[in-house]
Amino acid sequence: MINDTVLSLNKLSKRFGTVVANESVTIDLKRGEILSLLGENGAGKTTLMNMLFGHYMPDSGSIQVANTQGQLAPLTLGHPQAALDAGIGMVHQHFTLAENLSAIDNILLGSENLFAWRRSMDAAREKINDIMQRTGLSAPLDTMVGKLSVGERQRVEILKALYRDARILVLDEPTAVLTPQEADTLFANIHIMAKDGLSVIFISHKLREVLAFSHRIAVLRHGKKVGEIATKDADEKIISRLMVGADTPVTPRDPLAIGAPVLQLIDICVAGSSARSSLDKINLTVSANEIVGIAGISGNGQSTLAQVISGLTSPTSGRLEIASQPIHKYTPTSLLKAGVGRIPEDRHHDGIIGAMSVAENLAIERLDSSDIQKNGFLRHQELKANAQKLSQKYDIRGPGIEAETRLLSGGNIQKLILARVFEASPKLILANQPTRGLDMGAASDVGKRLLQARERGAGVLLISEDLDELLALSDRIIIMHDGELHVAPSHDRAQIGLIMAGEVS
Amino acid sequence: MIRIEPREAPSRRLTIGVPVASAALALLLAAIPLSFAGANIGEAYQEMAKGIFGSMFAFTEMLTRATPLIFTGLAATLAFRAKLWNIGAEGQLYLGAMAAVAVGTGWIDGPPMLLIPIILIAGALAGALGMAGPAYLKTRFGADEVVTTLLLNFIILIFIQMMLEGPLKDPMGMGWPQSSPVVDNALLPQILPRMRLHYGLVIALVAAVIAHIMLSKSVWGLKLRAVGENAAAALHAGIGVKRTLMSAALISGALAGLAGVSEVAGLRGYLTTDLSPGYGYTGIVVAMLAGLSPLGVVVAALFIASVFVGADTMSRAMGVSSYLADLVVSMSLICVLVGGFIARFTVKMTPSNKNSPTTDTGAA
Amino acid sequence: MEILEILLSENFWAAALRIATPLIFGVLGALICEKSGVLNLGIEGIFAAGAMAGWMAVWLGAGLWTGLLCAALTGAFFGLIHAILTVPLGLSQHVSGLGITMFATSVSYFTYRTALPQVSSPPRIEPFQPLDIPILSDIPFLGPVLFQQTAMTWLALVLVALVWWVYNRTPLGQALRAVGDNPNAVDAQGLSVYGLRMGAIVAGSACMALGGAFLTMSAFDAFFFGMVNGRGWICIALVIFASWRPGKALLGALLFGAFDAFQVRLQTEVGAFVPSQVFLMAPYILSIFALVIVARRAEYPRALLTPWFKGQR
Repeated sequence: MINDTVLSLNKLSKRFGTVVANESVTIDLKRGEILSLLGENGAGKTTLMNMLFGHYMPDSGSIQVANTQGQLAPLTLGHPQAALDAGIGMVHQHFTLAENLSAIDNILLGSENLFAWRRSMDAAREKINDIMQRTGLSAPLDTMVGKLSVGERQRVEILKALYRDARILVLDEPTAVLTPQEADTLFANIHIMAKDGLSVIFISHKLREVLAFSHRIAVLRHGKKVGEIATKDADEKIISRLMVGADTPVTPRDPLAIGAPVLQLIDICVAGSSARSSLDKINLTVSANEIVGIAGISGNGQSTLAQVISGLTSPTSGRLEIASQPIHKYTPTSLLKAGVGRIPEDRHHDGIIGAMSVAENLAIERLDSSDIQKNGFLRHQELKANAQKLSQKYDIRGPGIEAETRLLSGGNIQKLILARVFEASPKLILANQPTRGLDMGAASDVGKRLLQARERGAGVLLISEDLDELLALSDRIIIMHDGELHVAPSHDRAQIGLIMAGEVS
Repeated sequence: MIRIEPREAPSRRLTIGVPVASAALALLLAAIPLSFAGANIGEAYQEMAKGIFGSMFAFTEMLTRATPLIFTGLAATLAFRAKLWNIGAEGQLYLGAMAAVAVGTGWIDGPPMLLIPIILIAGALAGALGMAGPAYLKTRFGADEVVTTLLLNFIILIFIQMMLEGPLKDPMGMGWPQSSPVVDNALLPQILPRMRLHYGLVIALVAAVIAHIMLSKSVWGLKLRAVGENAAAALHAGIGVKRTLMSAALISGALAGLAGVSEVAGLRGYLTTDLSPGYGYTGIVVAMLAGLSPLGVVVAALFIASVFVGADTMSRAMGVSSYLADLVVSMSLICVLVGGFIARFTVKMTPSNKNSPTTDTGAA
Repeated sequence: MEILEILLSENFWAAALRIATPLIFGVLGALICEKSGVLNLGIEGIFAAGAMAGWMAVWLGAGLWTGLLCAALTGAFFGLIHAILTVPLGLSQHVSGLGITMFATSVSYFTYRTALPQVSSPPRIEPFQPLDIPILSDIPFLGPVLFQQTAMTWLALVLVALVWWVYNRTPLGQALRAVGDNPNAVDAQGLSVYGLRMGAIVAGSACMALGGAFLTMSAFDAFFFGMVNGRGWICIALVIFASWRPGKALLGALLFGAFDAFQVRLQTEVGAFVPSQVFLMAPYILSIFALVIVARRAEYPRALLTPWFKGQR
């Protein structure tokens, strides 16, 4: 029974418009095996798993899943219900939970007879308690999901899959929202379940993680499977080369003498959306010629910090100074004028107006400049010329400067935002998750530009969930936990991880 | 396998073709209610055409009918572009008419050069004020402007009723609830003798051109479009979202108010509670048919006006209820909505999968 | 004191409940649609369509309950159009709703006017009669208030209980609540987002139509143009006030009915000094007021107004 194949993906392909997301991918999974699907952002990992779970319909290819007797049978494609019936469970990267229902209601959603007149939850509750005991995963069942922490929500997601008798569990970037210690605990639980017969696929773009926690690694690049290797035979160099196709050049960070402070937060208090994300009397200084990295799990106040510096929220008390000029009015305009450049966390939501042209988006933060407008009327020629110049300088590729910005790829949208930010020669650059969702090439480009800005005299505040990125780019690292800042004593991952989890010595 | 994919950019052909096709389809679908009413379909369409093109009078009637629709269409267009759902144009129209009557029935005197701009400004201000309230409630309290503008329409109408039975009542009107007539010097002159067509049309056309220029070529227009497309990103970029919404609201209300001035000072000459047969609401259909483009509003208004005038004539000639016009207009709104979907997405047929005998596709 | 007299009279509360009845149907209908994530601005037109269809069915010889069924099916029909436009096609819920209001209203008016040529006084039917239940009607105060309402008011109250039960005690209710918060959650558990949302819109619209039918089959006995008079929009405001909960919806409708009944009586007291129009305006002003009070803290269904498409993540 052990080492039997439980899942077989055969030549799966999927295209979105002209973009090829997956091309003829074939992967097998054995019983009790933990397979990691590795690839950089945009490699097609999530699309592949979405096809497995029935969210997408493949253009071609087939899937076979072992039934309860262990025989492979074809899977009906395009329907999550079919995947669920076949024993496949998926924990999505963005949780699929209804926040207005309790944890147990979320777990039971879709498993009860839809047109029953009453609900009988006793048997279900027993089964869930049993699962929680067996696997060590626990969550408060009767609490509204909206009130649960991220870690608890993830456990509810896993319990959801196990309640439905999943024999194959897919986890999409499970550690993105966890501290290093929580990640360890999660994988420890997964190993327990794997020994019990559960087969696991987890998607990741983190080399260290796949090497530490999987039995086998399948690497995707540009939508194709480029390699498969037993973890014991792999090391960072081998899989990194498979992932990117070549050795990744690391941009060196030369030590620089820091200049005058460009950002000073003095005893700043800001009300956040929750107690955990509210800032309480924090003090922070960023100087010219330095990159300060803010490490920490999302939800500990990073967004609140970014909003204050962006001018979207006012602090309830405290002082903020940009290049020693105090800020009195907290609006995006005043912070922009003071010399702050902002790279927002959610580029589609806050960074660009998708339906407007590239040229318009490039100019949108300086609509009162005399070169692109006169007496309130736009000077279209200058607008276009400006856009052409910036497109070339920052290598923004797409269907042209008059095209709608939403047609650009994520990497090019980020280049547009960088162009907008850097051309204003800001004193302080707030870079909030600047490489999220970008492939390695685009990500290293962003890193390079941030280092260039640092060299030219700007100060950079870099907020990132990617600890490796922070370690590579930052001169100093500060950890954010529960709305408080803790200086990292060194660039040591384990130490930083502990502080991220709140274990301050 | 059928596959629906978003188009990269809707072609010019489609952007114009869809509204035209929708309008045509709605007209054709009118055959169904016509046959329900037992009317001879061919004859009905003929009568409709006669009602629009049959004579100079018919044609100018159509233009006269289009005038307020251009104003309310522009009002809806500007507001909707900012994602501000101004459904209150009907009330704002009446406010504008009331202001024109309050100011233009003898309270001040002067030559037309003075009086006409005064009543126009008064009407515009009144209309703007009508939208200021809901806009304020939205920006300050987050109160949904759809509901507030809708309910305000009813309130305003009752208010007008009250005014017409009270302070604005015509002392020489034999007891009817109507206002005193607008003085001659404040009336918008007629364009052609013996026709009801008046200079309100010219003002409307000018307004459409100005709206087009402002929307596409001014910084204000860019800000308005930005706020409508993605208010969060506009805010992040430093655009004053609340200020932009407020200015869009005021201008939208002002345009609707001008519709009221135009009807009262150009067509009727006095104010009654049935001044508008729903121009405010119809303006929304005009705006959607126009694809939210100010210049398109002129064309769409002409179409809708043709439907109403044609249906009126047909109704009188053949005894079919003139509610047919409302039917056609509402159908064209639904058609243009669906058409918009077709314009944004293409339907592609992909060859079915030969390599996987086990592909048991349940759905596309 | 006169006000106290009014508030304690049975006739007052009976009138309040009568005025509230169409609103109960409407608010429930809007609640069902919006809780699943779709705004249905077609309510004003669906009220008119329900009023016309129910009345006409009876006028053509059907029984009262058959008439109600016709009204409900008419509402369901227009709701289905709105559902198709907004759910699988994902078009603007605002524009689609307004289009449905215009379409349903014009269809109703055209059909009525074509079937019945212009007469001086509109034709009438035999409407629902007050339900005089033998012993219960004799209970002091509650008797005259509750037990002299027509069957439609009882239907409305039963619907409130039914809607409450479905949303709180059945798996369907869980699914409907979830789809208005996070459609992905529903999809990932194998349920059909399209099916749930479209079903909710159709059911909600049928409910709305009953509100219209009440006007022509219970409150009055004839169909007038313009008789809906903004009740649909008032329901849209009230549903926000009710936080999308059936119990609060009933309360909101009752409060509104009480207010409306009160201003009618107040008018007879002070009608000499205050123009009648002030009283006519009162219901609409109250609705705006109610909306503004709750707007800041309103917890809209998270997925309201956001279309969801299969195969796009």
